[in-house]
This record gives sequence, C-alpha cells and structure tokens, in this order.
Amino acid sequence: MSFLSIDHMSKYFPSHSGNGTVCIFEDVTVKITKGEFVTVIGHSGCGKSTLLNIIAGLETPTEGGAILNGQEVTGPGLDRMVVFQSFALMPWMTVFENIALAVRSAYPTWSSQEIKAHVQKYITLVGLQGAETKKPTALSGGMKQRVGLARAFSIEPKVLLLDEPFAQIDALTRGVIQEELVQMWNATRNTVFMVTHDVDEAILLSDRIMLMTNGPSARIAEIVDVTIPRPRSRETIIEDEHYYKIRNHIIHFLVRHASHGHAGESGDDAERSGPVEINFRDQATNAYEPVVSH
Amino acid sequence: MGIKQTQHPFFISIFFLGIFLFAWHVATISPPFDPTGKTEEELLVMEFNGDITQTDDGQYVWNPEKEKVKGVPGPMTVMEKARIELNEAFVIKGTNDHGIAFLVGYTVSRFAVGFLAASGVAILLGIILGLNQILFRALNPFIQVLKPISPLAWMPLLLYTVKDPKWTAILVVFMAAIWPTLATTAFGVNTLRKEYLQVAAILQLSWFKRLYKVILPGAAPTIVNGLRISFGSALVAVVPAEMLLGELGVGYLSWIEWNNLDIAGVIFAILVVGTVGVILDSGFNKLAGLVTYQE
Repeated sequence: MSFLSIDHMSKYFPSHSGNGTVCIFEDVTVKITKGEFVTVIGHSGCGKSTLLNIIAGLETPTEGGAILNGQEVTGPGLDRMVVFQSFALMPWMTVFENIALAVRSAYPTWSSQEIKAHVQKYITLVGLQGAETKKPTALSGGMKQRVGLARAFSIEPKVLLLDEPFAQIDALTRGVIQEELVQMWNATRNTVFMVTHDVDEAILLSDRIMLMTNGPSARIAEIVDVTIPRPRSRETIIEDEHYYKIRNHIIHFLVRHASHGHAGESGDDAERSGPVEINFRDQATNAYEPVVSH
Repeated sequence: MGIKQTQHPFFISIFFLGIFLFAWHVATISPPFDPTGKTEEELLVMEFNGDITQTDDGQYVWNPEKEKVKGVPGPMTVMEKARIELNEAFVIKGTNDHGIAFLVGYTVSRFAVGFLAASGVAILLGIILGLNQILFRALNPFIQVLKPISPLAWMPLLLYTVKDPKWTAILVVFMAAIWPTLATTAFGVNTLRKEYLQVAAILQLSWFKRLYKVILPGAAPTIVNGLRISFGSALVAVVPAEMLLGELGVGYLSWIEWNNLDIAGVIFAILVVGTVGVILDSGFNKLAGLVTYQE
C-alpha cells in the first residue's frame, strides 16, 4: 500500500462567466511511496499548486481525495508541512521565533530548552547561525527560504509539500539552496511532493517527475522515472547518460503542451488509461523513444 | 559631509516663534491714553464709564481693569496669566475652580477611558468582521452610516439615556474613537496575507494562539493606523464635550474663561489643549512603534 495516494481527484472552480464550472484538473491518480521525492511539472495555471494545496488540506477537492498513511486528508495538519513560494514567514517574528512557533506546535510537551536546542539544530542545518534574532525583512530571498525549509523540516512532517519553493530566488542562489535541500533530504529521507516549472530542479531533486498537461481539464499525462543514481549534485548530474535524455524528454513534452491547441494531440490514445510511465533505464538509445510501459 | 550643522530645524522653529510673538505683541499693543483735544467734561464721562482712571499725579491713563476685555491680549498678558495658573496648578479653590494640573488630569483620564474602551471594542469587533466576510458585508452599511456622524451629535441622546454628564463625556469620546479603528481593523484582518493563516492552520494553532500570534500582530500596522485616526478624532471631541457638559477639564477651562471674559485665560486654555494633545500623541507614537513591522 502506498504511503500517500491521490485517488481519482478532480477540482472544479465556479466559472467567471455565468453559472457553469471550470475543470482545473481531472482524474488525477498518483501513488507515492514512503521516502519518495515526487515532483509535478507543468505550465503556469495547470492546477499543480491547487493539487498541492489539496494534499496540504488547505483546499478541498471536488471529486476523489488524498489518502496519507491510510487516512483521508480532510484538513491541514502538522503531518504535511508546506514550503511556500512566498516564504510565508511571519515578518513580526525573528528567524528563531518563526521556527520555534512551528516546533512548539509540533512538540507541545517539550520544555523551552528542548525547543531551543531543536530550533538551533535546524538553524545550523541551513547555515543561518548568527541570523537567529533577525527579522525576515533583513534577509535575502535565499535566506528567507532557508528559514522556510528549516521550519518545515523542524517539525519532521510525514510529507513535505514544496510549492515552487525557489521561484522567487535569484538563479545563482537557487542552485546553492537546491543542493542544500538535496543534503537535507538525504539526511532525513522525508516523503516530498514538490511543484515546480524548473526542469533542472526537478531532475536534480526527484525520484519521479509527473508531467501535467495544460488546464483547463489538466491531467497527469506522463510519469518520468529519474534514473540517475543518488547522491546527486549539480556538478556530476549533467554527466549522467540519462540526464539529457530525461531533460529533453520533459522539455519536449512542455513545448508540445505550450499551446492549448496541441494539448490534446499527443496523448489522446492514453487519455483514459492513466499516465504513461517513462523509464530510460533499459538503454533506450533515442531520447524521444523511451521504453514505455502502461 | 563637512557642512556645518547650524541649519538645525530647532533654530528655524525658534526664529518663527520669535517673529510670531513679536508680531502678536506689536499688533495688540494699545497706545497710551492721549487726553489732548478732549474737554474736561468728556474726560469725566470716560472716567465715569470706567474707560480711564486718574493716577496719583493727576494724569489720565487707560483703566487696566477694562483693558483686560478690550481687544486681544498680547503675549505678555497671556504669559502673566500662564504664570499665575501654573503657580496654582495643584490648588483647589472651589468646586469648579481646580488647578490646571487637575484639569489636565481629568481630561486625560476621561480621554483614556473612552479611547481605550472604544479601541478594545473596535479591535475585537473588527477582527470578527475581518475574519467573517459575510458578516462584514452585512454590517458594513451600518458602519458606513454611523461613521460620519459627529460624536457630538450623540450627546443629547447619551445624556438623556445615561443621565450622567461624566459618563456622557466618556461616551462621546468612545463614539468618536470607535469607528475608524473598527473599519481599519476589519480591513487589516481581511487583507492579512493568506499564507500566514495557512501556516497557522497547518501548525494547528489554537484559536487563541492564532489570534495573538498571527492575526493581531499581522494586522497590527493597519490597526495602529486606525487607532491613530481614532485618537485624533477623540481628542477633537473631548474638548467640546467638556464645554457643553460643564465637566471639569481643559475644554471646560477654555469655556469658563470665556464666561469670565478673560481672553488671556482662553488663549492659555487653548495652549494647554495643544500641549495635552502633543503629550498624548507622542505617548501613542511610542506605543505604535512597538507593534509595527516591515513587510
């Protein structure tokens, strides 16, 4: 049985014009095992953030649902912590207080010394020693998201939900933090569900990458297995024989689905049979003709 | 920089104050009485009317008693009045003749009670309305109608219902202070970044913790802005409320001096009102600085 499963989930919003509804995504079914790092890639507005919010319990699905560890997700909880694109740090609290707020909630029985030690451990983990008493305003975007990551990891959630966590960080810092995230994940082996539109980021971090078609009525068309051994780093990953095959495949998919007119064209035959699973492990020579299994 | 720091605004302030006081002094100076061209009979009538008096050496001068109510008193007269009043600041001469320190104390405490009560109610109600969009839209029309009503317009009704001028004055301050804070608090809570509440929800903060760890500090800058507007309008309302209700205070002082036809006293009372306002305002700013943050 899978650890986190998204079961035939659909989301409809009331349409702006008139009384109909708009389908954001439909019939999304994903099974994620414990300790797996899964990423959803898709164009802006395809509903991937909505999908993440539903898993977080911040929004409700119209049909279907998410099941975590055998329990249906009905609302937000400490077992599913979100790392927000906008950081969502409380600007009136210091770095320490922001993380301590989370730790205190997750471990209400702990003494203040235990909480302090725990917070300090995660501040050290993200390399923010010395910035404990700073307010978020005084931090750069990269440092802010380090606090966001420390806050999320500190409560040791069952599932980490990363909602385009590095989208607002400059490109140079982004790479550094991505690598830090790899190290943190290696140490904790959390189950992670990430949403992004950065292909390199997805390949560096993920075990599997789900490719979402454009909305409305978006769906997960393909699931790409990232057959690159860990530990990975940005430097060595590009030398892996599968790296460019995977990268080209994803970019090809995204370009093909860039316009709505082409959206339905490609995977029509696979429309109702679930997402296509892509795996380059079995020595497919052509990047665009991978081994396909249904 | 190397530039001499002599262009301090303080000196410019002093300079303008000097010019103002001088102009005031010159404009209110009254020329000494000149008896030339007046008959003995005319002088007698003027003396009989109290306009002039005869000094020991037989010279006619303006009657100093009548000078007090003739024209606007100059700065020297006001300063003399202030000196007398401040000397008697802590003296109670009679039921309605309390020293200026007492009057300031009465006004400040009346203001504080009304303002704090209004702020408490407004912030609480504002949070409820800010969190509940439906309730906010339902009650907003009432707030919009009640907000522009002058707090003094409530006075007759309040006086009739509470039947006590002391509480009426406080309630007038209350009515002046409640609406701006209520409206801005509701706005501040309503426009609080969604992510903050989402984090609070994920962390499973209790309702109370959510309120004082996230909602209140998050909306604090907006709430403080509302409080500042409320503060100003309450300060404006407290003076006429005292005048109309005859409650002892600095507003009352201004009115009682007018009844005494002591214009110097009126000017002194105005200056006291201004000083009280500055003191309260700086105290408020200190408090506001503690709760605001930068996004």
